[in-house]
Amino acid sequence: MNFDLSPAWISIKITFAATAVIFLLGLAAAWWMTNYRGRWQGLLDGILTLPLVLPPTVAGFGILLLIGNHGPVGMFLNLFGVNIIFSWYAAVIASTVVAFPLMYKTSKAAFEQIDPNILNAARTLGVSERKIFWRVTVPLAWPGIAAATTLSFARSLGEFGATLMVAGSIPGKTQTIPVAIYFATSGGDMRTALVWVAIIFAISLTVMVATNYWNRYQEKIKFGAGRR
Amino acid sequence: MGLLVNIEKRLPGFKLEIDLSCGNEIIGVLGASGSGKSMLLNCIAGLIKPDKGKISLDDVAFYDSSKKVNIPPQARKTGYLFQNYAMFPHMTVAENIGFALEPQCREEKIAGLLERFHLADMGGRYPSQLSGGQQQRVALARAMAVEPKILLLDEAFSALDAHLKMHMMKEMAESLKDFDGTALFVTHNIEEAYRLCDRIVFLNNGKVEALGTKEEVFQHPQTAETARITGCKNLAAAVRTSEHSVQIPDWGISVATALPVAKQEGFLGIRANNIKLGAGPVEENCYPAWVADESEAPFRTTLFLKIGSVPNRLDDFHLQWEMSKEQRDQLRTLAPPLWIRVNKEDAFFVET
Repeated sequence: MNFDLSPAWISIKITFAATAVIFLLGLAAAWWMTNYRGRWQGLLDGILTLPLVLPPTVAGFGILLLIGNHGPVGMFLNLFGVNIIFSWYAAVIASTVVAFPLMYKTSKAAFEQIDPNILNAARTLGVSERKIFWRVTVPLAWPGIAAATTLSFARSLGEFGATLMVAGSIPGKTQTIPVAIYFATSGGDMRTALVWVAIIFAISLTVMVATNYWNRYQEKIKFGAGRR
Repeated sequence: MGLLVNIEKRLPGFKLEIDLSCGNEIIGVLGASGSGKSMLLNCIAGLIKPDKGKISLDDVAFYDSSKKVNIPPQARKTGYLFQNYAMFPHMTVAENIGFALEPQCREEKIAGLLERFHLADMGGRYPSQLSGGQQQRVALARAMAVEPKILLLDEAFSALDAHLKMHMMKEMAESLKDFDGTALFVTHNIEEAYRLCDRIVFLNNGKVEALGTKEEVFQHPQTAETARITGCKNLAAAVRTSEHSVQIPDWGISVATALPVAKQEGFLGIRANNIKLGAGPVEENCYPAWVADESEAPFRTTLFLKIGSVPNRLDDFHLQWEMSKEQRDQLRTLAPPLWIRVNKEDAFFVET
């Protein structure tokens, strides 16, 4: 049997890279927006959440306009002889844009749940804002942040529309599992499609379930067994 | 030099305007909910920025709008005890106390504080595994760990039950005795304030209504609002009739006072527990009254009285008279009306 496993590696590589980027950007944006009280609050929040509700093809179109050979970012990179359209990087960008709102929204909700007095108590004790963020805010919001990360991971793993538009379907280079399923199905190769469906199903479910159990275990050791 | 606060802060529908100076003493900050007590603490701690004014502690400016000084809460080092204690729930007691300490002296200091606040074998527990009283001790130990020059206590006892409250108040009084600095103790409970504080500030709608030693404020309130917050239940508009007497139109009586009445119009206050049983019309400040309603607490009873005529409804009353259960039982043997009497010394006149 000659089964090409490359879509699995490509998918995993892209998803991990995108999740790492989303984790940092999403946390930063969520924390910043939690504390932002200006008049642009509603607008900014809307813009950051937009990719969640727009069709992925719209996100893909937007990314093409930016990083395509005639887009501002694309032209700038061309000066250095770099072309990221239809490359691995383009797929990471597509996944990042589409899955970002899940990280942003979910961790923002977790941050907003924290009793502001706890953070204020740390401030009056003289603890720096950076230490408060990493030692108090993030641990207290951790279940929410973990859920946010899992959701973004699963979303970028399943990303199809935008990826296809900006990275195409170059086997061994940019063809991810969802794209492979699409082309296998449209080519009548139902057996290959079914294998990929089973694989992506298994990965997504495993990640979600593992996070749930891990969170429960974490809470137990963190807050003590006698939590009321 | 102590703490100097002179600030203004506007919010929609509310204005905080505070002018206050304190030495090394325990100041009780009393006031109804929404009077700006917690906001005052937050301004001092640097958690809320006032609109203008000045806050300084021992000549160090915390905030000065004219010089654009506003040092962050981290640099003010105020020991702030929050109403809900604001523990770090994911850290043990020892970690909570030591969170802000330098590594080189951390262990030693934690051990000392655990000992001092009777938490010696609690160091490894999580806040969720502690009782309310223990949580309060941890919160106080954590605040004391950074050696603050000023303590801000926000409704420290409101989350405790009555029995524990008394116990913790004693402990708090003990801890505050060793504390060399200003302590601001915010509460809406007059008993707590009276028990723990040297001087008392009354806030009303964002402004300082009265300030003085607790004896001054409680026995000779200067305003009707202060009288009300200190627990005076009977207040009515009064008109001066002579140097030592006023007429109360609402109650239809005139009352003799020991202190001279300084102004033409004002309010007369009589505390509910200062009313006595009188002998009849021959006595001074003695009035016939009928019982409109009665309210029982575990050990005390309050009668709601109408002077001069029989009440029509339960809420048709002028005065509240608080007494022991025994006294109430004795009154049952008397035929109405009850003759009530007020000592001249207990009837006080306030201008506003």
